[in-house]
Amino acid sequence: MLRYLLKRLLIMVVTLWIIITLTFVLMVSIPGSPFNSEKSSNEIVQANLERHYNLDEPYYVQYLLYIKSIVTFDFGPSIKQPNQSVNDLLARGFPISFELGIVTIIVAVFSGIILGILAALKHNGFIDYLMMGIAVLGISIPNFILATLLIQQLAVKFSIFPVATWSSPAHMVLPVLALATGPMAIIARLTRSTMLEVLTQDYIKMAKAKGLSPWKITIKHALRNALMPVVTIMGTLLAGILTGTFVIEQIFAIPGMGKYFVESINQRDYPVIMGTTVFYSAFLIFMLFLVDIAYGILDPRIKVHKEGE
Amino acid sequence: MKLSEDTKTPHSPTEVPNEWFNWKEKDKEAAEAVSRPSLSYWKDAWKRLVKNKLAMLGLVFLILLTFMAIFGPFFSPYEVNRQDLPNQYQPPSLEHWFGTDSAGRDVFTRTWYGARISLFVGLMAALIDVSIGIIYGGISGYKGGRADNIMMRIIEILYGLPYLLVVILLLVVLGPSLSTIIIALTVTGWVGMARIVRGQVLQIKNYEFVLASKSFGTKSSRIIRKNLLPNTMGPIIVQMTLTVPSAIFAEAFLSFIGLGIQAPFASWGVMANDSLGAILSGNWWTLFFPAFFISFTMFAFNVLGDGLQDALDPKLRK
Repeated sequence: MLRYLLKRLLIMVVTLWIIITLTFVLMVSIPGSPFNSEKSSNEIVQANLERHYNLDEPYYVQYLLYIKSIVTFDFGPSIKQPNQSVNDLLARGFPISFELGIVTIIVAVFSGIILGILAALKHNGFIDYLMMGIAVLGISIPNFILATLLIQQLAVKFSIFPVATWSSPAHMVLPVLALATGPMAIIARLTRSTMLEVLTQDYIKMAKAKGLSPWKITIKHALRNALMPVVTIMGTLLAGILTGTFVIEQIFAIPGMGKYFVESINQRDYPVIMGTTVFYSAFLIFMLFLVDIAYGILDPRIKVHKEGE
Repeated sequence: MKLSEDTKTPHSPTEVPNEWFNWKEKDKEAAEAVSRPSLSYWKDAWKRLVKNKLAMLGLVFLILLTFMAIFGPFFSPYEVNRQDLPNQYQPPSLEHWFGTDSAGRDVFTRTWYGARISLFVGLMAALIDVSIGIIYGGISGYKGGRADNIMMRIIEILYGLPYLLVVILLLVVLGPSLSTIIIALTVTGWVGMARIVRGQVLQIKNYEFVLASKSFGTKSSRIIRKNLLPNTMGPIIVQMTLTVPSAIFAEAFLSFIGLGIQAPFASWGVMANDSLGAILSGNWWTLFFPAFFISFTMFAFNVLGDGLQDALDPKLRK
């Protein structure tokens, strides 16, 4: 287990380093100085600005400074919004995005698993077909289209929920629904297919023969084993939800990190783009690491194997 | 030698006379008879795919869509980018089958142009992924040992990179256009395919027929081409059908955050993004058609992929 952990840790660090280096290379390779577009800049002002941001140093010094600043969690200033540092934007936007993400994950995991179990227990019944119909739709309809549909139907037409922004639990319903449907559908399908497989196993028959209640068989014996694949794809789903927040926050005008990120892309605010990308990547890579550890703990085979190569 | 001597001295009791035994002629016809027509792997898979109604629905839809993407614009008298401001937001009618958008452009014509772009992006991304994935995964799986170890470490690291973030980063620098979007989508996109190919090759290369081929002194490249690849085709095709919709989705997603195909091209994602505001004012058709075609195309590829997965899996053969 320790070896497994160390290996994952090493890979995590290398991946992060690649992202940081990539952002640096891209930043340097963008043609022109970042201050070219400013109206007031003459030669001397520009030179001073470049000195201030160490842009006159050779690349390797800039690179080391860049890595240093990221390690010390300082992503620098925004060049389009004066007096705003990337850290300010992160501090303001991240809690909101995090809240949206967490609620989405909880909703997606629980409803997905429940739908999957119901479908598996009523295999080839009406509920099964209904659930899988919902699941296929959920996978096929992109979240931004679902979001627009939800706004149009539930917010504009019937005014059940508020259209946009982020201030009360009612404001959460539509964005979470739009964001959670896709992951929920994937989890439901996965849970269903592994449940169907597990339910034919001998130990389930054994449990039935012992006279356990169907409830206990499902929860204690079948579900535990059926959930392993769900843990495996959690990493991918997390990445999907994270990138999903970009468009969902944009559509629902939620002042989270995703909205700032998309704005910075549209304004070509490079420091913000780079800083946010590094932050997002670090967050996601760390989450993947946690998922891996969870998997290592849940799956006893990984401990026994010497980590199959 | 010893065996044949043994047979000369029968162990049967002597009191059983030989005449009791009748030589039964082999029924040659029964031995050679074929109980069912012989099916190649692909014919068999096709037969099972046809039985899957949902997958066939997907396939038929995709064929029709491809047809319309190629010939659709010819059915329409309108130019794809011709603006006709007095006629903006016309609801669907005999004149404009899918209505017109904010600039009075014909949505029907634009939908098929959008199909061209979206399908092209999806197919190209899938093709490039497959080519790189097959080469990389094939070498990694076939060589094994140290080379495989190093190549797999590289893949593991690339796999950890957040896919869409890398795509966004690349597009910010390269600038969004048809070719840069395809490049950005494939820079790390091939990794999944390479993993699948490697896994398959690793499994198949230990089979007897590969060993036989090796013992004849066949060159590695020929073994990979002739023995390994045809046997990994199933999972590769399935992965391909699932890569196309994810690339189409990624392209639509990118248009949403301002990094999509730029005018004068119109992909479905661009059309949907442009008409987000319009739907609130009741002009539903500008969003409905691109949204419907994105969703249904993703649906079609997904069910076709699922169907192919079942059809191409020899274990599920009845």
